[in-house]
Amino acid sequence: MSLQSFAPVLPEIFVLAMVSLILVVDAALDDGKRYITYTLSLVTLAGAAFLTLRDLSSAPGVVLHGLFIDDPLSDVLKLFVYLSTAAVMVYARAYLKARDLYRGEFFVLTLFAMLGMMVMVSASHFLSLYLGLELLSLSLYAMVALQRDSAVATEAAMKYFVLGALASGMLLYGMSMVYGVTGSLALGEIAQLLADGTDLRLPLVFGLVFIVAGLAFKLGAVPFHMWVPDVYHGAPTAMTLFIGSAPKIAAFGFVVRILGQGLESQVAEWRDMLVVLAVLSMAIGNIAAIAQSNIKRMLAYSTISHMGFMLLGILAGTQSGYGSAMFYVLVYALMSLGGFGMILLLSRAGFEADRLDDFRGLNRRSPWLAFIMLLLMFSMAGIPPTVGFYAKLSVLQAVIELGYVWLAVLAVLLSLVGAFYYLRVVKLMYFDTPHDPQPVAAGADARILMSVNGLAILALGILPQPLMAVCAHAIGASF
Amino acid sequence: MYTTAIFYFFSAILVFAALRVITVRNPVHAALHLVLAFFTAAGLWMLLEAEFLAIVLVLVYVGAVMVLFLFVVMMLDINLDRLREGFWKYMPVAVLVSVLLMIEMALILGGRYFGLEVMGTPSPQPADYSNTRALGRLLYTDYVYAFELAAVILLVAIVAAIALALRRRKDSKFIDPAEQVKVKRDDRLRIVKMAAEKAPGAGIQDSAEKGA
Repeated sequence: MSLQSFAPVLPEIFVLAMVSLILVVDAALDDGKRYITYTLSLVTLAGAAFLTLRDLSSAPGVVLHGLFIDDPLSDVLKLFVYLSTAAVMVYARAYLKARDLYRGEFFVLTLFAMLGMMVMVSASHFLSLYLGLELLSLSLYAMVALQRDSAVATEAAMKYFVLGALASGMLLYGMSMVYGVTGSLALGEIAQLLADGTDLRLPLVFGLVFIVAGLAFKLGAVPFHMWVPDVYHGAPTAMTLFIGSAPKIAAFGFVVRILGQGLESQVAEWRDMLVVLAVLSMAIGNIAAIAQSNIKRMLAYSTISHMGFMLLGILAGTQSGYGSAMFYVLVYALMSLGGFGMILLLSRAGFEADRLDDFRGLNRRSPWLAFIMLLLMFSMAGIPPTVGFYAKLSVLQAVIELGYVWLAVLAVLLSLVGAFYYLRVVKLMYFDTPHDPQPVAAGADARILMSVNGLAILALGILPQPLMAVCAHAIGASF
Repeated sequence: MYTTAIFYFFSAILVFAALRVITVRNPVHAALHLVLAFFTAAGLWMLLEAEFLAIVLVLVYVGAVMVLFLFVVMMLDINLDRLREGFWKYMPVAVLVSVLLMIEMALILGGRYFGLEVMGTPSPQPADYSNTRALGRLLYTDYVYAFELAAVILLVAIVAAIALALRRRKDSKFIDPAEQVKVKRDDRLRIVKMAAEKAPGAGIQDSAEKGA
């Protein structure tokens, strides 16, 4: 194994080295010099993005004895993971400072979680998939619990941990069944062995059920969604912002690698399971969100419905289906960053803007932020000309190509239900009077990023073609 | 024949010990039964010619993890009655669900698919075969990536444990003389320049005088 074969893994090696450095440097810093940790973390992200961009490959290359794959899909997903992680750090800074959470551990754990996501999206082996997932999950559990004095945060962390461990167990059990049938853990080999057909169909489907259940748990799809509202609500909003954005991108990569690449020959089996998950998620997510008065909980249920919508693209099992699901999840991450980021912007020391009432009359307090929030809500509801509309449209196209017209109709109807609670936020912002008329006190960096974030949603809505082409290329070159 | 007898003997102890872990009331007894379960499992692995794993299981789990676990159990003052609250309320549902799950899984899997007839009896290794070396070779060549990742996960566990458990006491009256000696003027006193302000409350009187 030459040094050259490590080249595709350079971003991971760089991130790991930098996290170790940050860990050591931060231990020697006073509280007043925490900006060094912050800067180093952003430098890490920039460096990783540079290394990934430098090595943008066209053909998939499997290295490290089949455990690691470097293909356009992993490169594109990684770049978006870096982007969302950087956005989380910028949005969260003031919030963390005000709550005594602005500590080195936040940055170290965030970067470790990001490393786990990088491993997940470029894994070509059950072992690396699982280890990446655990690296991500363990960092997230700790991040949720980081606010030790808060009882709700501790409760959320506990629930997240117990249910996450259960999901990992299910996933592992399913993987072990697939291993029993095929005798291999490498996704490429499994795909080849299963393409020839197997006489062990029953244990294979049995394992598949467990794998899909484990994946649904991690995605938060109904009926495995119980943890999502509690964790989103209980975690400090900065952590919710992180959980709700980048890990969704990684989860998409994870699902596509296992179902689309490893078990693609079993598409007829897992398609039916995903149909059930998708329909239930969209129904329960959208309907339960209406009843929420806490915006974090509302957005949690909205996550569930969005994940259901994304599953529609995956269950098509075609390249256009995966491409549209990828577009959807990238757009969702962008919207989720904006949505939770807005809560962070409106919060200040000792005040958490997490009730719907806190958005009352936002237009009078800060017309620009209200306009950005309007764009975000329109996009989540799927109203043109925002990008959310195109994301939904492309997924529906893939479903209709498959011949599941009833599923597309159902998805549109349930999205209409969802539009109600998104538009309610808009109504509160523009037509109600604020409880507390003082203008929003948010830092310039977060405001600029929020503007970019909101305008990106509008710009991508007017010109969705480039990002769609990137997704289509990434999927096309990797399958 | 002899190994078969040993296998069933060990298996019976293992099942018994595992059941006791979750049924005894006293957590210390449960931990001790877990030690027994690990030990018997190590014996079973020995029968499977996995000597290295068997020894590691005894050394790491029995020797280190379980001893630590016992310490934790003894140090924590766990109120058992509160933990067991609602135990009998949920028991019937839990038993029903798990028994159903087990029956369903047994119906599907049974011994048909992964039994000896399908998979074949593994051939015994020669006497000079070292599975320690075989494991080591796999771990540090083919699976070096997974090995490193596992190490990173352990590092995350350390960071998380320290972040969650290390609590500097704010109410402590402890004084560090070295810190006191090193103190500088700037640490204690900060001079700020600012524009003159009216004293709060004085403003109304001023304007009233002007008007008069």
